[in-house]
Amino acid sequence: MMLEATNVRKSFEGTEILKGIDLSVDKGDVVAILGPSGSGKTTFLRCLNFLERADSGELVFDGDRVDLHAATRREIARIRRKTAFVFQNYNLFLNKTVLDNVTLGPVVGMKMPRAQAREIAVRALDRVGMADRLGSYPSQLSGGQQQRVAIARALATGPEIIYFDEPTSALDPELIGEVLSVMRSLAEDGMTMLIVTHEMDFARHVSSKVLFMENGSVIESGPTQAFFEQPKEERSRAFIRSILQARE
Amino acid sequence: MNERLLGILIDSFPKLLSYGIRVTLPLTAVSFTLALVISVAVALIQYANVRVLRQVCRFYIWIIRGTPLLVQLYLVFYGLPSVGIKLEAFTAAVLVFGFNEGAYMAETMRGALESVSVGQMEAGYCVGLSYLQIMTHVVLPQAFRTAFPALSNSLISMLKGTSLAATITVMEMFRQAQVINGRVYESLGLYSEVALIYLAICTLLTHLQRIGEKKLSGYGGAAK
Repeated sequence: MMLEATNVRKSFEGTEILKGIDLSVDKGDVVAILGPSGSGKTTFLRCLNFLERADSGELVFDGDRVDLHAATRREIARIRRKTAFVFQNYNLFLNKTVLDNVTLGPVVGMKMPRAQAREIAVRALDRVGMADRLGSYPSQLSGGQQQRVAIARALATGPEIIYFDEPTSALDPELIGEVLSVMRSLAEDGMTMLIVTHEMDFARHVSSKVLFMENGSVIESGPTQAFFEQPKEERSRAFIRSILQARE
Repeated sequence: MNERLLGILIDSFPKLLSYGIRVTLPLTAVSFTLALVISVAVALIQYANVRVLRQVCRFYIWIIRGTPLLVQLYLVFYGLPSVGIKLEAFTAAVLVFGFNEGAYMAETMRGALESVSVGQMEAGYCVGLSYLQIMTHVVLPQAFRTAFPALSNSLISMLKGTSLAATITVMEMFRQAQVINGRVYESLGLYSEVALIYLAICTLLTHLQRIGEKKLSGYGGAAK
């Protein structure tokens, strides 16, 4: 088991957002976190990387056991070194070029020699099809291009797992495809990924596992095919049905 | 214009300009540097919400913004000696101008820091940067860019404000004009002349500001 989160709880101003979430991820898994808006998917993902401090919960990452509520700064840094995060709004560093966005973490955070970081960055950017825009600033790129650079930035830190928080939700419809195809190729190369998404086709065809959440609880989790073809829970069935209907 | 006045103006021009270059500009430069350091420190303390220091910063801004610059100059230069703190006129001026403009610039910087989106900070953490690294490489550069026009305003206003140092015996450009006028009694002519020199310097600074803004706009458009 590469990552195991147990009993993750979080409240905001008295409202329980996460009511004890469990998740386990094996190396090479692509886990889609599905569920209606407001079900706590994003909050859960953010708790795993300490962008949100959980009220309680435990994370075991590569055998490294950390309290999600009381983790020290050093523990957080240790976990973050093995993970990467792709945001809904890309969050590229606006004052940095494409190349510098990708090298900043390795060079400044990990003290990697600049030439080596550059090499890694160019390779990562090439992988997402952005190697021809090294000198551009984020404001000069489309949303889809920015998100692909953000994925390259994530790759360049050499993560064992990449968290994606609704990576295509802020994109114009015609730009969604280019980002999803990059993610699909990462999945095919065996990258471990945890993806909060509303893209049902993508979840169905690319993910290996599904975690279906509603109102801060896990309703159903398991292999993707089983979830879509023989959902066990009535609420999973209702959710899948509503998605299919919305499409017609 | 009669010939006597013209002669006086021509004679005094190099003198005034020389005091402008040797005193007014250095006084502005040193004071502005001090103000910049103070403002960034004060803004960062408030941004990071450091508990007790935050209160000290609010108090400092409250006092400075609530009292006239001229009164602050008098207090420091004429008042403090009676409690044993004797400062050179130039030093007193630098301290007062620096701390005075620093308070206004701190508010500018704080606003600029707060305008940087939280996502920049989060992205920094997620690629393995520390708080300080994110501040120096990402947040502060973006804040400086936002604050640049307002900071330029502060610089220009400070340059003109240094003329108040004349009241605490600093021999700067305006004081020099007063001294010359004391000999020749040509208030309109001399004060117009010195005003024009201030205007020329400020015009130059405004021009530099425009060049600076153009350079900074490299990374294009307003932050989304």
